Parts: sequence; structure tokens; C-alpha cells
Amino acid sequence: MTTVTSTVTSTGRTGAIPTVAELLSRLGLPPSGPGPSWLTQARHGSTEWATMRGFPTLKDEDWKYTRLGPLLDVPFERAEAGAGHRISPATVEALTIDAESTRLVFINGFFAPELSSMAEVLDGVTVTNLASVLAEGGTGLEPFFSHPFAEFDHAFTALNTCLFEDGAFIHLPAGALVTAPIELVFLSEAHGSPVVSNPHSLILASPGSRVAVVETYAGTTGAITCTNAVTQVVLGEGAQVEHYKIQDETDTGFHLALLDVRQGPESRFSSGSVALGSKIARNEVRVRLEGEGAEAAIDSLYLPCADQHHDNPILIEHAAPRCTSRQLYKGIADECGHGVFNGHIIVWPGAEGTDASQTNKNLLLSDHAEIDTRPRLEIFTDDVKCTHGAAVGALDEEALFYLRSRGVPYEKARALLTYAFAREVMDLIPFASLRAHVDTLIAGRLVAEEGAGGTPR
Amino acid sequence: MMLKIDNLHAQIGDNEILRGVNLEVAAGEVHAIMGPNGSGKSTLANVLAGHEAYGITGTVRFEDEDLLALSPEDRAAAGLFLAFQHPVEIPGVGNLYFLRMALNSVRRRRGLEELDVMGFLALARERMKLVEMDESFMSRSVNEGFSGGEKKRNEILQMTILEPKLAILDETDSGLDIDALRIVAGGVNALRGPDRAMVVITHHQRLLDYIVPDQVHVMAGGRIARSGDKRLALELEEHGYADLGQESMSDRSTSVGATP
Repeated sequence: MTTVTSTVTSTGRTGAIPTVAELLSRLGLPPSGPGPSWLTQARHGSTEWATMRGFPTLKDEDWKYTRLGPLLDVPFERAEAGAGHRISPATVEALTIDAESTRLVFINGFFAPELSSMAEVLDGVTVTNLASVLAEGGTGLEPFFSHPFAEFDHAFTALNTCLFEDGAFIHLPAGALVTAPIELVFLSEAHGSPVVSNPHSLILASPGSRVAVVETYAGTTGAITCTNAVTQVVLGEGAQVEHYKIQDETDTGFHLALLDVRQGPESRFSSGSVALGSKIARNEVRVRLEGEGAEAAIDSLYLPCADQHHDNPILIEHAAPRCTSRQLYKGIADECGHGVFNGHIIVWPGAEGTDASQTNKNLLLSDHAEIDTRPRLEIFTDDVKCTHGAAVGALDEEALFYLRSRGVPYEKARALLTYAFAREVMDLIPFASLRAHVDTLIAGRLVAEEGAGGTPR
Repeated sequence: MMLKIDNLHAQIGDNEILRGVNLEVAAGEVHAIMGPNGSGKSTLANVLAGHEAYGITGTVRFEDEDLLALSPEDRAAAGLFLAFQHPVEIPGVGNLYFLRMALNSVRRRRGLEELDVMGFLALARERMKLVEMDESFMSRSVNEGFSGGEKKRNEILQMTILEPKLAILDETDSGLDIDALRIVAGGVNALRGPDRAMVVITHHQRLLDYIVPDQVHVMAGGRIARSGDKRLALELEEHGYADLGQESMSDRSTSVGATP
């Protein structure tokens, strides 16, 4: 066995997974554009950290379900700026939820102002690209580029820090209320060689402010791309942030993402995400409830089919008293799809009065589909209320028979029940236009598979 | 003959539930099937509707078609309808949406034009009045949170919309008060006609005061033990099932006389 491995390695053929250092030398050094010196230091620091740590393997607790070989085998190159001219406005339009909205578009992690729509949001509210803020010194942003890899971390987050070019920057001053959702569109495009992009976005909501943000990740058909995204959200006291994410990258692409949330007292954060795309997708969410009385609600729907792999690691830390967290993760796995729910709640000492619930429900539509579900609770304090539950099942045979006995053909009845399973998550979206948009995507997926017609509303 | 059942056997695993059912129902007729719990009434209904849980032998011809060869949806399109004893709740599937999909699936296969939303709504409203059903039910999920009586009315509503040739009502009357019973019977009677037939499964003679049967059958031990006209139902009401089919009842003695 050892002999075989060494032979393969020595020829440098496929199968030899590169080290972080090899990957970085292929991708080139971090960009040296204008920017604060602390950023240059942070990039060097994270490079060192990632090189030392190496890529995660199946032996890492939080990576045990995601085989990285197929991703690391691809000879990715760094994305070049200016690919925006190859993207037609119609492509962006198709990804737009509301034509009137403020919208930032990024192509392979680079801001594309010509495709964006920068309507005036509200006095004092900043909605722009991160690079422009950093070019002006990025005052006060240093902490956001040192902490992500300080705890519970892996090489990809660190690589994002050392490689990111741009991303969204949203800042709300105290008390600012933005009612219409802000749309962030991240489009992956490869013209020839496979490319990797590393968008990094910041959403900073000062005390008493309120905003809704939709992140859409999509790719051009057939492109081999890897998106390694980090989005950080910080909520001050009483702030309210609604976050939505649509992951509909091309099925030849890869998607690794971290949503990192820090919540102050009495703040409310909600996230609703739908994962449809990618060959391998890992949608990591970390929420730290740092202020008393904060609330977080994380809902997610993942629909792996064909040979897709959708991994959903989530960590919720209750670090302050009387915080509430709720998770609803629903998976629908068809064909050879593989879905993973890896949910972890930690209630730290002193977080008395914690109310945490975690629900994971899965629907297996094929004998070859696979679901792994792993709810975990770690509680280090008394006086807490924690519930968790996980279920994996097939479609309800009696419901299927009922629909068929009324004349609904088998395939349509199956699509109808599958859609009904997904609807619980969609119905939690308060914005009609966004709900309709997600609805169309989900129905499109189910209808395409089942050959049924019409949106089952 | 609209429905001709010949020596029908059905089993789940080693448990034989139907043990040679013979029954003929002609167009325009209403047949009542009575009998103690566990005699196979509901199984007969489910087998006719196409439930796939059973191992089946025997023949069933529906308007000269081999009914057992058809999928449940094709049976519905051919004109068969089963009002379930326990209608299943389907969260997330809207009643109205489901019913329009069902009707249009059936119409398409009957070679009729599909109804658009407006056309369907007009039809649904008219039929809802017939079963005195509030329109708010249509925006809810199929049977979700419905009371027992509401579920039964929803079954009858579906029946009046799908307009089957042969309707099988499986204990649609059980759990209904007199008012609900009158409404359900009204829906059933509205559908009666020379081209349609009905098989009404019931425990209670009182339903047959509203839906007067041409023939009454008693099932026991997986067979039709006795047949007669409507007077048989009255006789059963008086004497129970104890006098019937001793041989076939013996292995199910626990359920004998279980009917009030």
C-alpha cells in the first residue's frame, strides 16, 4: 500500500492532493493593492496559519462527511478581475429578486459596478464594496480580519483572509431602518481554466438598526469554479438583521461558505437559506450570542440530487444569559445526493435561561440518496431549555395513495408531497418577492425532476 | 354490469383478509355493505381503489375493464372514487390546488378540456354550497386540522367535483351528528343517477334512511355472508350480526356483535 502511494506521489499525477503551500504557490501571492498595513499583516498571518494547519481531512470532527479530494484535485487558478464584461445584464437580471432593490454584483469575487444597482438606501447607511472601504484605510475593521480563524477554524477561512479581493460592505448607523432587502449577487464564471474566488463580506448593524440582506451565489453553466466565501455579521444592541442565502451554483462547481454572526444584547438575527447547486457544497454557520436576551433563528433547506453533496455544519454558542436560538434544517435528497446536518449547540457557563431548539428533518427520495444527521448539545450551565430532534424518512405512502386515488398521477403526487415538505421553510420568508423567487427555484427543481407542471401553490 | 367482483382474495403477509368476495353492482344502483369490525369491508374498499399493500387474487371488472390492472390514478380517471374512512392529513398541500390538479388530471384522461382557475373556482363554490362547507377550507392544507366531520364533508365535496361513475363510501357516516349526516347524504343523493352506482359501507342503519339502498350485503370473515333488500338492514339493526354465517364468523368471534 505504501509503495503504491509513493509511486503516485512521485509521478505527481492526479490523486496527489496539494498542500496549502502548494496551492498558494499556484494561486500566487496575496494581492498587494492599496490597503492598510494591518491587512497585509493579517494576510501573512493567515497564510502562515493555514500552511501550518493544512487542509481539513475526514479525521476532523467537522469535516468527517465532506471528502475534499474532488475539490483539491482540480488545478484551480486565481480569478482575474474584469470578467464582468462576459456576463450579460440578462444573466444578472435572472438572479434579481426585486428590480428596484439596491444590488451589488460580484464576478468571481470582484466587484462589478456596471452590473450593480446602487440606489440611495438611506442617509448614513453605507452599501458598497469592501475593497473601496479598505482602500481608504478601513478604519476600525482590523478586528474582523483577525478573529475568524482564532477559534474552531480551518484552512479555508484563513485562505479567504489571505486571498480575498473584495466583497460587500454594509454599515448601518444606530437606529437606521432599511426596509427593502439589499441584494448581493456572487457570480462564478470560468473561461477556460478552473478558477477560485474568495469573496468576503461584512454586515455591521449598529444598535437599534435593522436591515435585510439576500446573498445569491450562482455560476455560469459548465464552469468549474470554487467559491470560498466568508460573510460576517455583527449586531449591536437591539439590532435586527434578516439574512437570506440562495446557493444555486453550477453543478460542476464547488461552494464553501462561512456565515459568522456575533450578536449583542436583545439583538435578533434570522437566516433562511436554500441550497440547490454545486457538486460539493459546505454551508457553515456560526452564531455567537454574546449579549443578554439575543435571539437567533436559522432555517435552511438543502436539496442534493444527482451526485451532489450538501454539508451543513452549524455552531450556535450561547455565551450570555436568556438568549434564544432556533434551528430548522430540512433536507431533500434524491438520486445519489448526499445531505449532511451537523448541528452543534454549546451553552457556556453563565448562559442561564438559555432556550435553544434544533430540528432536522430529512426526506429521502431514492434508495441511493444518503442523509447523515448529527445533532449535538453541550451544556455547561444549569437552568437551560434545550430540545433537539432529527428525522429521516421517505414520502408518506398513505398520503401518496390518497392523492393518486383522486386521479393525481404518481409523479405529480410525489412532487406535490416533496414540495409540501419544503414549504415549511419557504413560508418563513416574510418578503413576498423573495418567497416567490425561492418558490420558483424549488418548484423548478422538483418539477424538472418529476415532470409535473405548474407551481404547486 | 358496472362492477363485477369475482372470487376476490386479499392478504397482507400471511393474513388473508378477503376470502372470496363476489359482488355485482349495476349502473343506477346503490348497494350497502354492513358487517362487524374486521370483516373486510374497508379492505375491500381499499383494494378496489388500488391500495398497493395487498396481495390479491381473483378478478374485478369495472365497465368491462380489468380494474386490478390499473394504477390508483387510472382507476380514478376511469370513474372510481373512494371516500376514505380516515382521510389522511397532508400539511403543505393546499386543498384547492390539490383538487384542481386532481380534477384536471381526471378530465385530461377522460378526453375533456381542463378547467382554468376561474372555471374551477365557480364549480368548487357551487359544490361547496351543496355540502355546506365554508370557503375558508379551500385555502387550508388538505384535511389538516379538520374535525372528523369536516374531513368527511371534504371527501363528499371531492366526490361531487370529480363526479365518479362508481363511488365507494367507507363509513362516511361514522362520527357524524344528524345534521352532518343529512348534509353528507344530500351530497351523495345529488350525485345519484341512472349512470352512476354507489357502494355504501356503514355500521348504522340510520344512514340508509337517507341513502336508500337497492341491495344490502353483510360481510363476515372476508366474504359476503348474506344479501337482501333494504329490509335486511332493519333486521340487522334489530338482531345484530350474531345469527349470520356461523362458519365464517367463528374465527372472528371477538368482533361479533361489536356493532352497537
